[in-house]
Amino acid sequence: MKLLEEMLLKKESFSEIVMGNTAIVRAMIESNTKVITSYPGSPTPEIAGAISSIPLEKRPFYFEFSTNEKVATEVAFGSSVNGNLSAVFFKSVGLNVAADSFVQLSLLELIGGMVIILGDDPGANSSQNEQDNRHYAKLSYTPIFEPSTPQEVYEMYLEATELSKKLKMPVILRLTTHVCHAKQKVDFGSYNTIENSFKSDFDVSNGPYIPITSEVFPMKEKALKKLDSVSEYSQKTKINKVFINEDNKRGIITYGGPYLSLIDVLKNSNKKPDILKLGIVYPLSEKIIVDFLKSHEEIKILEELDDVLEKEIIYLAYKNNLNVKIIGKSSLEDWLGEYTPDKVEKVIKNLWPDLISNTDSENFEEIYVPKRPAQMCPGCGHRSAFYAVKKALKDKDITVADIGCHTLGFLPPYNMGQVLLSMGHGNSTAAGLSIHNKERKVVTFIGDSTFFHAGLPGIINAIFNKHNFTLIVMENGTTAMTGHQDHPAVGKNFNSDTSSISIKKVLESFGVKHIAEIDAYSQKKLIDTVREFVEIEGFKVIIAKHPCMLKFTREQRKKGVFITRKVRVDKDVCTLFYECIERFACPTFQKDSEGKIYVHEDLCIGDGSCMQTCPSTAIKPKKESKEGEK
Amino acid sequence: MFNIYLSGVGGQGIGLLSEILIRACDYAGYKVYGVDTHGLAQRGGVVESHLKIGEDIYSPLIKKNDADLIISLERTEALRGLINYSKKDSKLIFYDANWQPLFVRMGKDTEVSLDLLSNECKKRNVSCYRIFLDTLNDPKMQNIVVVANIAKKSLIPKVEIVHYENAIKDLLSGVNLERNLKLFSEMFI
Repeated sequence: MKLLEEMLLKKESFSEIVMGNTAIVRAMIESNTKVITSYPGSPTPEIAGAISSIPLEKRPFYFEFSTNEKVATEVAFGSSVNGNLSAVFFKSVGLNVAADSFVQLSLLELIGGMVIILGDDPGANSSQNEQDNRHYAKLSYTPIFEPSTPQEVYEMYLEATELSKKLKMPVILRLTTHVCHAKQKVDFGSYNTIENSFKSDFDVSNGPYIPITSEVFPMKEKALKKLDSVSEYSQKTKINKVFINEDNKRGIITYGGPYLSLIDVLKNSNKKPDILKLGIVYPLSEKIIVDFLKSHEEIKILEELDDVLEKEIIYLAYKNNLNVKIIGKSSLEDWLGEYTPDKVEKVIKNLWPDLISNTDSENFEEIYVPKRPAQMCPGCGHRSAFYAVKKALKDKDITVADIGCHTLGFLPPYNMGQVLLSMGHGNSTAAGLSIHNKERKVVTFIGDSTFFHAGLPGIINAIFNKHNFTLIVMENGTTAMTGHQDHPAVGKNFNSDTSSISIKKVLESFGVKHIAEIDAYSQKKLIDTVREFVEIEGFKVIIAKHPCMLKFTREQRKKGVFITRKVRVDKDVCTLFYECIERFACPTFQKDSEGKIYVHEDLCIGDGSCMQTCPSTAIKPKKESKEGEK
Repeated sequence: MFNIYLSGVGGQGIGLLSEILIRACDYAGYKVYGVDTHGLAQRGGVVESHLKIGEDIYSPLIKKNDADLIISLERTEALRGLINYSKKDSKLIFYDANWQPLFVRMGKDTEVSLDLLSNECKKRNVSCYRIFLDTLNDPKMQNIVVVANIAKKSLIPKVEIVHYENAIKDLLSGVNLERNLKLFSEMFI
């Protein structure tokens, strides 16, 4: 087996097939990045996955999963003003959480340098929106580098650290989902580790570091001047590229993922327009843009998500009195989704049909293929909890969802969780729903990692302002959805054992009077407690606890102590009431062509959470066996 | 250029399958570029992977109905892959696991039958290979059975058995490697 650890630490140059998220870790090592922080969120958690392959004692930098993105940003900031090159990474919407501190960074002298790695998600593959974080660049006077491929992820991270150190300013490396996850052979360089000096270089004379009243203006002025020097730098760097195809009429300006789709779509075309590929998407180099505009009659701005470049470029053309036709977005559809080769082909074909050769594809009669929504895993404690809560509540009652695996409770047959904003919103949204409401009970859910991430202010507000709703903490002992990262209640952090912060004790110390901790598999107890709690006036908490069974079975397999357990349906006893299929709905239970229920052997883990839900007690345990036996 | 589209259900092992193919193609001397849909947000949902081989490859994403080879670990996903990604004369290989989607289990959708799948293949002039191993105890190894059959039927031009073996050796170790290599070689007896 090729060990990721050995590869990442190798001193010499080499080439290897890696995804963008792995390539960045090698760049962190080569650039002597000393402090790296994060909060897990797709599409970036594999960066930490690659880091975890390096044992702590060999890791040439400090890494932590912080409690949320704002905390992570602040830890990286503190390290940078102390002289350490630092980096922070998180998903697109994580920047909203970090924003309060993030927007300050450019005002301050980051003497060690600092790179903010963003995993934007065009297409909303695993996010609640497809926000375009390029907007934040303008707001915060922060440059953005945008790579297209894993090779460029590696190269641009290195270049971003150099620029950040030189100008002592934050630099964003903006990745998108399929840049993070794309795999190709990347050529890596060699490096020398600079040993840690353990010096503290923080010095107020590098500042000022207190932005208050009149101090803000000189700081802002400095930030704007730095941004100007990035524009100049942008003119010289090789990461902005012009591809001349001898078309003095038409040109396309693009960047990142859309650039790859564009050359893919144009590769069979005998007429190719000139292309300007931007590596630095903010701030733009006025000279590069104006030169490109001047040498063409028509310019298409090929831009995923929002019209950020389009507006900037039209402004530059106007400012420079250029008589060039600039074509940006032409329909609402142009604002939506990822710019895949299919999408780009459509956009270009609409504009310049002669560039795209017609492919004669045959049309077939449409057939419906059953949709496949994501499901909670077999044995998931959340399923048991939702099943019980649904039984305990009335149809008219309101349930508030939060972010995590348990968001999936909104799907049939549970329909638990009817409204969702963001991480940790549940307690406060529930509070609002309970005001002037005497006819419907309000119940909200939260996961254990989210409890610490952004849940606490809403909980404290509920106690402080005496709100009337029930919180159900879905405690599975991990940050499951992003790949099982540890959180403050686990008793372990990324690097070592640590004291566990008990959710129950936290709530007790807040003075919450009604707290019940119940194993999510205990149906009767859970149903009874929900019924009891929703009738009590005030803020009540039920901790529905069960370990993530996916994590649990994986760990058992790793340790070699996994025992194959299955349940079976006793066909003599089964009355075909379909409770297991239609209401408990573990994916293990399937129907054959005669409507008989069977247990899918690939899926069942034999947890038995289903047994108590069968009204005719037809679900029974099967004989146990060691892994590999039947 | 040769395009491969892979699909399955989250938890079936599409990630490893695609990683094996990427590395096998690399061992065979091809330039390769691929991308998976990652993340547990997809657990129990559709998981896809795109793989492009050869010169002249830029985006890792395959255009609709432009795959030379479609690989699926599940029957319903095989049909979805066929409809969305096949072109005339492409090939489909699938492991006939049947993980009924939510609305099929709930009786609101109809299960995809083998007849439907084979008819749709015929209509499109797509050769279809159904793989199912009755004696396989560990569902986590269905992906290796598929890899072995891809090798056996030479479904990826110029990628040979030894290339697949080397790829598997790069990615697995210990007992896991032994079990998977053993199963892989048994498929050629």
